[in-house]
Amino acid sequence: MRFGGLLAVNDVAFDVRHGEVFTLIGPNGAGKTTVFNLISRLYTPSAGTIDFDGMSLANQGPHDLARLGIARTFQNIELFEQASVLQNLLIGRHTQRSTALWQELLYTPAVRRAEVAAREQVEQVIDLLELQHHRDARVASLPYGVRKVVELARALCARPRLLLLDEPSSGLNVEETDDMAFWIQDIRHELGVTVLMVEHDMSLVSKVSDRVLAMNQGEVLALGTPGDVQRDARVIEAYLGSVDDVAGLRRGAP
Amino acid sequence: MRFEFKTDYAHDLRLARHGGHGFWYGALFVGLLAAPWVFTSYWLAQLTFVLIYSIVGLGLMVLSGYTGLFSLGHAAFMGVGAYTQTALVNAAWPAPVALAAAGLMSAGVGTVVGLPALRVKGIYLAIATLAFGFIVEEVFARWESVTGGNAGIHVHAPQWLGWTLDSDVSMYFGCLGVTVLATLGVLNLLRSPTGRAFVAIRDSEVSAQSMGIHIARYKTLSFALSAALAGLGGALYAHKLQFISPDQFDVGQSIDLVLMIVIGGVGSVHGAFLGAIFLITMPQLIALGKDHLPDVIGQAPGLQALVYGVVLIGFVLFEPMGLYGRWIKVRTYLQLFPFYRSGLFARQKSYLRSNRLK
Repeated sequence: MRFGGLLAVNDVAFDVRHGEVFTLIGPNGAGKTTVFNLISRLYTPSAGTIDFDGMSLANQGPHDLARLGIARTFQNIELFEQASVLQNLLIGRHTQRSTALWQELLYTPAVRRAEVAAREQVEQVIDLLELQHHRDARVASLPYGVRKVVELARALCARPRLLLLDEPSSGLNVEETDDMAFWIQDIRHELGVTVLMVEHDMSLVSKVSDRVLAMNQGEVLALGTPGDVQRDARVIEAYLGSVDDVAGLRRGAP
Repeated sequence: MRFEFKTDYAHDLRLARHGGHGFWYGALFVGLLAAPWVFTSYWLAQLTFVLIYSIVGLGLMVLSGYTGLFSLGHAAFMGVGAYTQTALVNAAWPAPVALAAAGLMSAGVGTVVGLPALRVKGIYLAIATLAFGFIVEEVFARWESVTGGNAGIHVHAPQWLGWTLDSDVSMYFGCLGVTVLATLGVLNLLRSPTGRAFVAIRDSEVSAQSMGIHIARYKTLSFALSAALAGLGGALYAHKLQFISPDQFDVGQSIDLVLMIVIGGVGSVHGAFLGAIFLITMPQLIALGKDHLPDVIGQAPGLQALVYGVVLIGFVLFEPMGLYGRWIKVRTYLQLFPFYRSGLFARQKSYLRSNRLK
């Protein structure tokens, strides 16, 4: 993916298998979110192909992906701030609407039934992520940790087959990160959703991922299981660092 | 403090959230039905204008308040509806059919405006709609065979099944009926998937796209619906005034409409009504207060425009949520007393929204 003179993503190739949790790691500016934006079709690749379930995504617009089964969360939370949590989740169900405009203007019984069915589906996601307390709160009044969970809930309401999580644990404390790890595992095991995520928290990555791809400067450094990638020398040098790197910065014992 | 204890999902869908809600709006409706016997003819006419401007305000609220598309040319849609209604009623069409045709014609023109509007955002959209308003006003002035040009055109009274609505009271009830239907339509829209899609486009286009909302289609739909409502209001406006000319639908009228929804409260249905009440009563208050001011202020030619401008600036600076927002704050204070915090309605600062993809 080339932006003018800047080659942001250079010869990155990977496949995500059905039902696995695949993580992209790497320093900031490595091109991880750019890869996500390419998959979400917010950018068009200058070279290369993107296939989902045997179908090329090249002709799809960004709004077609939800219908195909791809949902994503955003690194800087992109929730609908002036709406309540419940309305955000109901918007997540937009691809499953079955009523036409004229029916909605008249609010026919069919619309009423569809709305009640949507509410029931959304309640299941609220139960999974324990958002009952915040159901009617306006998003603008919620703390950051809760907004992250609402972002995840909204993506789940779209009933995706592939879930793109952009830094799900950024800004969360230890307890919230543990909850996030449990939820990602629940999503994979109970809902059967494939998860592709970008993450910086290596403990979360080790706990949850099946395979990891390390990137730096838009290029692939290593691809494999979490343990393999974390031991790869080039990854340690570019991103993870080792105990020795910071030894010189430690103060001597008093 | 009132707690709404809901026992089923259908409760969430109701328009009247609780008994008190239903009671007060029912009382308001009864009061409006009784208005012709309570008000003098002059104030009944003003109330009719409030209803007409509310319909147009609802249209502009759907577009600007709920979809976030700022339009400075909405009087043009009003004019399209007014002239369509005039042409059809003068050709002896029955009034409801003409009204529907006026709405559809305005919706068509709204779609035509909406399509290029997809490419521009924010202030550039405002400029584009402003330009459109000037173009349509000029079309009204030049197309003399249909619109009568700058000299204006008389509007016959609406006819339907032998009834002629030519008295103040029958005109008032006609406008009341259309207003109630328009309000219910907009409220139904807002609690259904299409209305939520509009709100999604306003708040975050990028994530609206990732939820599967086709931005172009919904923006065009918003323009069409908003223009249709403005056209309905314009058609009723033509019948009320019984004489229309192009200068009634100029940029000044468009700015009055924007002023109306901003002062009323952008993003709420109540805002359209409160703004319409403000728009109609402010000139009355100015006229009443003029005599008590020294001549140099009271008889100055631009006094009304000055007061409007000062009030608008005051609202934007001190009460951006408008009249309805102020009422919400007062109500919340009374409901939460003594736990009200002044930070409950604080606006989010823009620096929190970094790295926007658009």
